[in-house]
Amino acid sequence: MSEVKKIATRESYGNALAELGGQYPDLIVLDADLAAATKTGIFKKAYPDRHIDCGIAECNMVGIAAGLAATGKVPFVSSFAMFAAGRAFEQIRNSVGYPKLNVKIGATHAGISVGEDGATHQCNEDIALMRTIPGMVVINPSDDVEAKAAVKAAIEHVGPVYLRFGRLAVPVINDTPDYKFEIGKGVVLKEGKDLTIVATGLCVSESLAAAGLLAKDGIDAKVINIHTIKPLDEELIIAAAKETGKVVTVEEHSVIGGLGSAVCDCLSANAPTKVLKIGVNDVYGESGPAVELVKKYGLDAEGIYKKIKENM
Amino acid sequence: MNKLELQKTANEVRKGIITAVHSAKSGHPGGSLSAADIFTYLYFEEMNIDPKNPDKEDRDRFVLSKGHVAPGLYATLAHRGFFPVEDLKTLRHVGSYLQGHPDKKHIPGVDMSSGSLGQGISTAVGMALSAKLSNDSYRTYTLLGDGEIQEGQVWEAAMFAGARKLDNLVVIVDNNGLQIDGAIEDVCSPYPIDKKFEAFNFNVINVDAHDFEQLDAAFKAAKECKGMPTAIIAKSVKGKGVSFMENQASWHGSAPNDEQYETAMADLERIGEALCQK
Repeated sequence: MSEVKKIATRESYGNALAELGGQYPDLIVLDADLAAATKTGIFKKAYPDRHIDCGIAECNMVGIAAGLAATGKVPFVSSFAMFAAGRAFEQIRNSVGYPKLNVKIGATHAGISVGEDGATHQCNEDIALMRTIPGMVVINPSDDVEAKAAVKAAIEHVGPVYLRFGRLAVPVINDTPDYKFEIGKGVVLKEGKDLTIVATGLCVSESLAAAGLLAKDGIDAKVINIHTIKPLDEELIIAAAKETGKVVTVEEHSVIGGLGSAVCDCLSANAPTKVLKIGVNDVYGESGPAVELVKKYGLDAEGIYKKIKENM
Repeated sequence: MNKLELQKTANEVRKGIITAVHSAKSGHPGGSLSAADIFTYLYFEEMNIDPKNPDKEDRDRFVLSKGHVAPGLYATLAHRGFFPVEDLKTLRHVGSYLQGHPDKKHIPGVDMSSGSLGQGISTAVGMALSAKLSNDSYRTYTLLGDGEIQEGQVWEAAMFAGARKLDNLVVIVDNNGLQIDGAIEDVCSPYPIDKKFEAFNFNVINVDAHDFEQLDAAFKAAKECKGMPTAIIAKSVKGKGVSFMENQASWHGSAPNDEQYETAMADLERIGEALCQK
């Protein structure tokens, strides 16, 4: 079997911006001294005049983006999730969300897979923060193909969008001829009748592998990729819950406020179902190689498989 | 407009402020009154705007970074013809488009929603940068409070504007010397304000906020200045024009009752009559 191609979605972000820069002349990319890490440096190389380094001042960067959007530009602000969604939360809420400005937030280094930098830089709260902002679209792509499609969709969507990317190289799983990305539409990756695994981001490929392990035990799991946490594909989730009776959510994010909470909000109102939330428990992350952390925090295929077996 | 006409207009703006805040039974009269002459100069003399076409593309932009003095901005916009002066009485009422703080989505002539201090200046910097990126000729103005500049984001924005040489940006600081908890130098002194902006590579001009000749000279000098943004530090009197509100921190964020309203309007009527004698 050939080696699975792996690429970090932050890389996809930088590549997509550079590829789309020609098609969208109003596209402006802002960074806060992290262009090498967020990969907006790739765009800078292609379009140096349209790449604005704001220095280490994320709150100001978000405000500048709001001003650019109010005058017809399509700005992407880029930083680590911690400093975009975290530090600049109120700027995003008041200067971008409230006036409903066409600002895109490209947040890289989300979750514990930041790795060695440790807890201060591992944002496990961004989905929770961003999805409380009225009108905000929240997207957490699962691989390179989806991340690039999400950047394009974000440009074409009028209004604020939060895009969540990772530092760790993840397997390309959506490289199929019929792949189609639509904001707010979940994707069924595997049918199954015993339970539904709803996953997002890098946990999608791990969940697919976990479904493979469950199959060996005779458990037939349906797997849904939810790349858009807001607006959530409620129809798909309600139908799957009714169909399989059990739901597991998997995310590289706090179990408080993220995908799991969004799914529970939806199901409690529409189709009360037992939901097992797998994610980062109510704890901070720590330093270590990303792959080892994903394993330690139980977000790899084996961890997901074990947790499901214990609880279901 | 000549100086006398500007003075008369500013007095009408002040009446609008008192009327709006009295009707709302809440709001921020002190800082609205201190900035009334600045608002009047900007909207009746300086800025390229069209009340009949509030969204025209080449208009000059204004961001009220000290968004709590919305009554001052609204009264000016109303008198300039952006919406009926009568509507000022709906300020802060449920269902009114005149929100407690500027709301870009619903108020004609408002270029940016604001109110959370320190944020407006960044958005103004973004607008000025945008004009530079696409070679547009419009200019961007933003008004800050002297208490507001305690917010760190103000200096992030100032550093960027100075570094990028945004000479199409004018930052005005309404230096009325008072904030909610008292005198700015007692709470957490931002002085010297002019030297701070100079250090951030701004062209700095100190003026009396209530002297239209000085305002006129300052804004003209700002237009002439190339290669740096301008900061106009405008020394003002909080509550200006209403005898019992002048220099009182307590009038930062409280509304006059019916009796106080009558006294305030009588003060402004007297000022108006005196101007008519000139």
